[in-house]
Amino acid sequence: MSIEKVQKEIIEEFNIFEDWIDKYNHLIELSKDLPPIEDKYKTSENLIKGCQSKVWLHAEYRDGKIYFSADSDAVITKGIISLLIRVMSGRTPEELVNSDLFFIDQTGLKENLSPTRSNGLVSMVKQMKMYALAYKTKEQKKG
Amino acid sequence: MKFDVEKIRNDFPVLHRKVYDKPFVYLDNAATTQKPVQVIEEIERVYKTINSNIHRGVHHLSDLCTGEYENAREKVASFINANHSHEVIFTSGTTGSVNLVAFSFGESFVGEGDEIIVSAMEHHSNIVPWQMLCERKNAVLKVIPINGDGELIMEEYEKLIGPKTRLVAVVHVSNAIGTRNPVERIIEIAHKQDVPVLVDGAQSVQHEKIDVQKIDADFFAFSGHKIYGPTGTGVLYGKEKWLDRMVPWQGGGEMISNVTFQKTTYNKLPFKFEAGTPNYTGAIAMAAALDYVGKTGLENIAGYEKELTEYAVSKLMQIDGLRLIGTPRKRTSVISFMIENIHPYDAGMVIDKMGVAVRTGSHCAEPVMDFFGVRGTIRASLVFYNTKREIDTLYDAVIKVKEMFN
Repeated sequence: MSIEKVQKEIIEEFNIFEDWIDKYNHLIELSKDLPPIEDKYKTSENLIKGCQSKVWLHAEYRDGKIYFSADSDAVITKGIISLLIRVMSGRTPEELVNSDLFFIDQTGLKENLSPTRSNGLVSMVKQMKMYALAYKTKEQKKG
Repeated sequence: MKFDVEKIRNDFPVLHRKVYDKPFVYLDNAATTQKPVQVIEEIERVYKTINSNIHRGVHHLSDLCTGEYENAREKVASFINANHSHEVIFTSGTTGSVNLVAFSFGESFVGEGDEIIVSAMEHHSNIVPWQMLCERKNAVLKVIPINGDGELIMEEYEKLIGPKTRLVAVVHVSNAIGTRNPVERIIEIAHKQDVPVLVDGAQSVQHEKIDVQKIDADFFAFSGHKIYGPTGTGVLYGKEKWLDRMVPWQGGGEMISNVTFQKTTYNKLPFKFEAGTPNYTGAIAMAAALDYVGKTGLENIAGYEKELTEYAVSKLMQIDGLRLIGTPRKRTSVISFMIENIHPYDAGMVIDKMGVAVRTGSHCAEPVMDFFGVRGTIRASLVFYNTKREIDTLYDAVIKVKEMFN
C-alpha cells in the first residue's frame, strides 16, 4: 500500500471518533500494539531528545527498503509512533524523501506534532527523513 | 478589605476566554502570570501619549517619559523597601539580574579557588550563570543539599560556608516544588562571615511582602512578568555598597560618564548597569502592576493564596495514587505531583484537553527531578485570581487521566 493510501486509511480510522477522548484512547490502544524495540537499540545514539518525552528510533536497510523500530517513555507519543511506523516503515528511501505526511493534520493530531510540544516526535520525523536521504545518497553512489 | 476574587478576575481579560470550548483554567502562574487591564492599558498609554527615548533629549516628551521611568524605579524601591531608588536596576528579568551579578560581582570579587554556594533546588538560571563564572575564574560551586521533603538542610549549609565563600545565591521559593526557604536565616548565617547573599525572588515577590532591608538581602532578583507585569522586565536590587564596587556588565550608551578612545569613565548608579535604551515602557507598566498588587494588598493576597493552596493540596491528596513531589512544611503556591507512574507528558496532554493549563516536565530544575528520581512532574501553580472551582476542575482532570491510562 502506498504512503498515501495508508494515511487515508488512518484518517478514516480516526474520523470515526468524534471527541478527543476517543482519539486518545485509540492512541493508547495503538501504543500497546507497537512492536517493542530491541533493548540493544535503546542507545543514546538512537535517543531523540524532546524536552519532555524520550523517543528511541532505530533504522535498518534491507533489500532497498528502510525498516524502522521505535519506542517512547510516554504512552501518547508511543501511539503516534506506531502510526508513523505504519506509514513510514518498509518504504524505499525515494518514497520517504518525497513523502508528505498529511494524516497528522487530518486526524486532528497536529498539536502532538507541533514543534512547541517538545515531545521528540517532530525530531523523529526529521530523523526518519534523514535516514531516507542518507540511504538514497548511498544508493546513488553505488549506482 | 474583603477579598473579592470575582472582582479581581474581571480585571484579567484572558481568564474569560475558552479553550477547546471549555472555560479556561490557568494554573501555570509560576511560568508567567496573566495581566490586568490596568497593565495592558498602561502600555498603550505610554505608546500613545508619551513615547520618547529617555535620558536623552531635552524635548518635552523625553522629559515626561524619563520622569515616568524614574518614577517607576521609585515605586519598585518602595515596593520592596529599598533604602535608595538607585539600588534598583531594571533588567530583562530574573535571569538577566542573576547574570548581571554573576558577571559583575564575579569580575570584581571572585578569584581562583573561591567558592560560590547555591542550593540543590535552584532553577537553571540560578545555577548556570554561576557555573559559567566558576569556569571563567577557576572557582568552585558548592551546593546546599535538600532532604526528602524538599527542604534545605541548614546544618549542611552552615558547614559549607567558610573563608573561601564569596557569595551565596539561593532561591526564595522553589519553582519546581514550592518550598519557601528560610532566606532570613540563610542571610544571617552568611553575614556572620561577611558573605553577601543573592535571593532569587522570581517565585516569592508576587506572594508575600518583600522587605529587602528587613531580610537584609544583598541582592534580590525578580521578574515583572511573574507579578502581573509585562514580559521582558525585571529588577535587580543590590545594596549600594556592593553595586558601587562592581564593574559594569554591558557597555553602551547611558552607562558611561565620558568616552574617549583612550579611556571611558562610567556613569553612577543605577545607570552604570543599564546600557542602551532600556525597556522603559515595560518598566512603567511593571510599576502599574505593582500598584495593582499594592492596592489589593499583599497581605490579602497571601491570605487568600494560602487558603487556596491548602485546599488544592488536600483535594489532590484525596486521589488514590497521587504523589506529591516535595512536601515542605512551608509551601508557597506551587504544587508538584505525579499520578501513579503515568508520564507527566501523557497526563499533561489530557489535562490540557480539559481546558486546564498546568506545566509538565522538569521545570528547568533538572537537579531537583534527579533528586526525587522522577523524569518530571505535573505542576499546578496558583495565584490570587484562581478559585476553588478551578481546583475542582483540575481534580476532575486528574481523575480522567487515571481512568485513561490505567
